[in-house]
Amino acid sequence: MKSIRYIDDVATLSLDEQQCVGCGMCVSVCPHGVLELNGRKAHVVDLNGCMECGGCANNCPTGAITVTPGVGCAGYIIQSWIKGKENASCGGAGCC
Amino acid sequence: MDEYQNRPSNGFHGDCCGSKAPLDTFPIYQAEADDHPCCGPPAGPPSSPDERPGYRMCGFVAAFVDTAIGRVPCVSTKLNGEDRMGTLRMRLGYGRNDYIVAPGLYAVGRPDQDAAVLVTANYKLSFDHLRRELTGADAWILVVDTRGINVWCAAGKGTFGTEELIRRVRQTRLGELVRHRRLILPQLGATGVAAHLVKRGCGFEVVWGPVLARDILSFLEADLKADPAMRRVTFTLVERLVLIPVEVTLLRKYLLWALGGIVLLSGIGPAIFSLSFAWERGLLAVASILVGIFAGAVLVPMLLPWIPGRAFALKGTITGLASSLLFVAVVRANPLISLGTALTLVMFSTVVSSFLAMNFTGSTPFTSPSGVEREMRVAIPAQMGLALISMGIWIATAF
Repeated sequence: MKSIRYIDDVATLSLDEQQCVGCGMCVSVCPHGVLELNGRKAHVVDLNGCMECGGCANNCPTGAITVTPGVGCAGYIIQSWIKGKENASCGGAGCC
Repeated sequence: MDEYQNRPSNGFHGDCCGSKAPLDTFPIYQAEADDHPCCGPPAGPPSSPDERPGYRMCGFVAAFVDTAIGRVPCVSTKLNGEDRMGTLRMRLGYGRNDYIVAPGLYAVGRPDQDAAVLVTANYKLSFDHLRRELTGADAWILVVDTRGINVWCAAGKGTFGTEELIRRVRQTRLGELVRHRRLILPQLGATGVAAHLVKRGCGFEVVWGPVLARDILSFLEADLKADPAMRRVTFTLVERLVLIPVEVTLLRKYLLWALGGIVLLSGIGPAIFSLSFAWERGLLAVASILVGIFAGAVLVPMLLPWIPGRAFALKGTITGLASSLLFVAVVRANPLISLGTALTLVMFSTVVSSFLAMNFTGSTPFTSPSGVEREMRVAIPAQMGLALISMGIWIATAF
């Protein structure tokens, strides 16, 4: 999203272009246009736009993309601090 | 038959108004023969042959269609009053844990064995969003069991996931219903569903549809091609505004405790505890917290792109400060309110606003968990410190 930006230089997304087969699946599923297909390889073109949802990595058939996926939700993170990651649920305000 | 004849009239024998003689037939035959019940309003329509004991007919099902895999409910693409009431309840945050449709296959229009298969979650709001966009389309809807959670959140949790999708395709025998091997999924389901694994698991190819159901008809008409705008998540003013009621109403379970606590705290004074203190000062403190809620849960979502700063806690601090300074300027007209009291009220509002704004990260479609964690490492200690200090000053100002 170009109009609203979040904190820069934190996203854990990385792409190993050696392993990329250029299927374009990551480009299709990314809702923020973080990746683009350039020639026969995907490239990260807007790292700071990444919300680390993990859709691209989950759909990469060769495992070329790594990201620490998660829910960008303070309520969830507070719960994971208190109860541990397994027992955390959002349930706080409007989030899932 | 004697047994029935000799039973006293009890309404079940058809003579409910006492004007008819007892019947000599078993009551069930009588009920069928008599179209005009003698009392009360006229009888409703006869039961539908699709009704089953122990099941309830859903208002959104218009008919049932016979298919190779049995009878499939055909859903309406218009929302009725009940659907709209449900949507309103969800937007207000009431009963969100139990707003579901049964997982499985549904039809829209007159789909045949070449019709598209659209996959969605079993949160009824998601289901309604999809079907109301399908006017004029002939398609199958495959609802997967996401435990009543929307696609985006369920994908994050894995319930809108590869395994559930494969299981549901097999369980519904979708392969016998359609000739093609294609499933159209909402793009935001990608977090939970791996297309290549679905193909391997059940032979169906996953085609990523648009982010919003609003674009599904254009997507179908364009031969399953999404233009770049359909692939992008937005967070427009309207999209933010609809979230505000839920943000506020879900606070209700904490609100009573917080307000009760602050009123008690306000009663502490030279007389150890004073009811009049609790009332007068408590009222001010409660008002400052309500100002904080307004600043954090209403102003921040509303004005999000225009409030300076990237971190949500900072945005909330800014709106909290601004709103509470305005609030204090108004109440300072009362000369009994000291500067210390006024300062504390500003701090209360600001802490509440900053915390609620930070929690709004969970409702946005663009905040990364790394970023949220980064801001929380600074914000949480600051908020807790400020909360403790302000409560200390609040007690001190009573003496």
